[in-house]
Amino acid sequence: MSVSTTTETAHGEAEVHHEDTGLWSWITTVDHKRIGIMYFLTSMFFLFVGGLEALFIRVQLFSPENDFISAEAYNQLFTMHGTTMVFLVAMPMAVAFFNYIVPLQIGARDVAFPRLNALGYWIFFFGGLVLNASWLFGAAPNTSWVGYATLTSATQSPGLNVDFWIIGLSILGISSIAGGVNFITTIINLRAPGMKLMRMPLFTWMTLVTSFLLVTALPVIAVALILLAFDRFFGANFYVPAAGGDPILWQHLFWLFGHPEVYILVLPSFGVISDVIPTFSKKPLFGYPVVVYAGVLIGFIGWGVWSHHMFTVGLGPIADAFFVAATMTIAVPTGIKIFNWIATMWGGSIKFTNAMLWSVGLVAVFTVSSGCSPGCTTGTRR
Amino acid sequence: MTSAARLMRWIGSNRGRILSLAATLVLAGFVAACGEPDAYPQSTIHPTTEFGRTIHSLYVDIFWWTMGILVVVWSILGYTVFRFRERPDQPRPKQVHGHLGLELAWTIVPAIIVVAIAIPTIQAVFETQRPYGDDALTVEVTGYRYWWKFHYPELGITTANEMHLPVGRPVNLRLESTDVIHSFWVPRIGGKRDVNPIVRKPEGEGQKYTWLFFELEEAGEYLGQCAEFCGQSHSLMRMKVMGDSPADFDAWVEAMRETSPTALAPEALAAAAAEAEGEAGQDTEAGAEAAAQTVAEDPMVAMGRDVFFNQSICVACHAIQGTPAGGVLGPNLTRLGSRTSIAAGMLENNSENLIRWIKDPQSVKPDARMPGAAYAAGGWPATNITDEQIRAIAAYLLSLQ
Repeated sequence: MSVSTTTETAHGEAEVHHEDTGLWSWITTVDHKRIGIMYFLTSMFFLFVGGLEALFIRVQLFSPENDFISAEAYNQLFTMHGTTMVFLVAMPMAVAFFNYIVPLQIGARDVAFPRLNALGYWIFFFGGLVLNASWLFGAAPNTSWVGYATLTSATQSPGLNVDFWIIGLSILGISSIAGGVNFITTIINLRAPGMKLMRMPLFTWMTLVTSFLLVTALPVIAVALILLAFDRFFGANFYVPAAGGDPILWQHLFWLFGHPEVYILVLPSFGVISDVIPTFSKKPLFGYPVVVYAGVLIGFIGWGVWSHHMFTVGLGPIADAFFVAATMTIAVPTGIKIFNWIATMWGGSIKFTNAMLWSVGLVAVFTVSSGCSPGCTTGTRR
Repeated sequence: MTSAARLMRWIGSNRGRILSLAATLVLAGFVAACGEPDAYPQSTIHPTTEFGRTIHSLYVDIFWWTMGILVVVWSILGYTVFRFRERPDQPRPKQVHGHLGLELAWTIVPAIIVVAIAIPTIQAVFETQRPYGDDALTVEVTGYRYWWKFHYPELGITTANEMHLPVGRPVNLRLESTDVIHSFWVPRIGGKRDVNPIVRKPEGEGQKYTWLFFELEEAGEYLGQCAEFCGQSHSLMRMKVMGDSPADFDAWVEAMRETSPTALAPEALAAAAAEAEGEAGQDTEAGAEAAAQTVAEDPMVAMGRDVFFNQSICVACHAIQGTPAGGVLGPNLTRLGSRTSIAAGMLENNSENLIRWIKDPQSVKPDARMPGAAYAAGGWPATNITDEQIRAIAAYLLSLQ
């Protein structure tokens, strides 16, 4: 097996060459770098799938009254596109980088639980397959990636579509929670001597914050999905209004997961560019502690803004006003990060490698999206 | 030299040209954005109510705030990446770890801007959710997959997909759904607000509805659309709000309350009129009208009426004011002939479209609850009516002016 060889090769290339490279060695590997590569390739594959789905949607929208695909196929395509991009592309892509880079950045031999890590990958892999197996039955999920009750009820959506969605997402959630637990443990316990928390590279810091979000947010969607499964399979009434259940409950649970999810997706990228920008500007990160605290703060406030996805629901002006204020507050730590990144480049000697070009692009584009978000939140929901 | 560095040098030597190109593009964007309201019937940027204007002005204010921030940040960013690009034989840059004053500044200034934006936003949140008093007209809006029912409790009338409202009178819309969550959105009026299924409460507890409050200021047609994904024909679930002058509105209400002249067979209408006469002891107008109809009645209308009431399942779902048809599952068809559109705003209201809709509704609206002539749908069997009968029904419905 390759475990011991890869972890003890610090002094010799010869050993690496002896390492087993067959298919079986990849299937059975518990090595963090190999698992990272597998996460990367799998999410790239699903990016292709999700991209293909988007292409179908775009061809359909190319002209009015187009009959390229049916209404039902269209619903399946945009639901699967959204679900795929969030759960099978963006999240595992972040985990790919966690796996490959975090142990190297903190000087650990591997993650804390290498087998759990491998298990997490395979749960994700098969979860993705289960979700996409729905295509073979002509019953891909069709109730949008937010799956609002009561559209997902057995009465309104009979058929396997929603069942595939519930089961697929539940499986994927297990993988994410396992990953979160693993990286929290790794970062807390396996740092090299002298690597104090406030000396950790920013990418490791953001991995830590993201991992906390994973282990706290994913259980919420798991609960929401289990309640929905009980409604559909066993005749429970959690979201059934005629029986006193409340469809709005689904929205609260979904967005209580869904908004931290936004930060699960974006914080790893913030971590990446917080390491890339100093490197290629040949200067240390400007205001390191502030950038760390701003990231942690975004993680915390990210828990208090979920109902800004629900301004149209009719929760009343007091709830709406609270979530407007909480949401706008996030602009402050976000702004701090943007200015600190620019200040890192200021006075530097910027080498425009691909990594640096993408990082500068992120700062520019994120200024648009974060600056516009208070404006958007007054009118929209997603 | 990397291509990126070459690009930077090119930008450096063509600064003027790039700036003028950027200015042209911005200008072109502004010109394109200024359209006539009629060209964009579902645009929020031509609001026609106080509600819509409150949201729109907030949108404009925040737009300019964010554009200001964007210009400042992008200018600094652009200058930084240009000015501090790597040059040959450059010494190692000075290693700076931070600056407390600067960092405080770019924490406090954004915080002040956030407060400046938050105050008017929260004011607008409260302003737009304030119900009107007793003088307001209340309309109960019910969302169905995939159409809208509008019930006016105080006037005792019900219609579908085209909601008439008087200009100059405040309106409270009470929203509920019978199946899944819909969302009521007429962009030029304001909104949107979700149309939620009503959660059954224990005896004695009030039901919780969602509401929209506004007052129309101009007569006209306002297009709207379901704004919460509700199934296959979600994008085809449209509606119209018809803003009427108070006089027009009153006339419409009057017409909606009366039995349409062709709604019943002339004999039945005459009988009904006679009965009414017996009760009221005067008004012979309806009787005379009915007598005139006996002479002039179009045979297609008569045949359509017969098919509608006696030879099809139409009345299981549809109602027509003043007739035995009292179905509540589908759109109310009272005075259908005077509507501008059918199938929830999807088709222009004419004979050809009505025939197409009655014969094959699923081709217009997949997953609609209405069965076709040759197929079952929505739990109903195929209607099994002939093309001739469908033409007759269309003639009958269009006669309900």
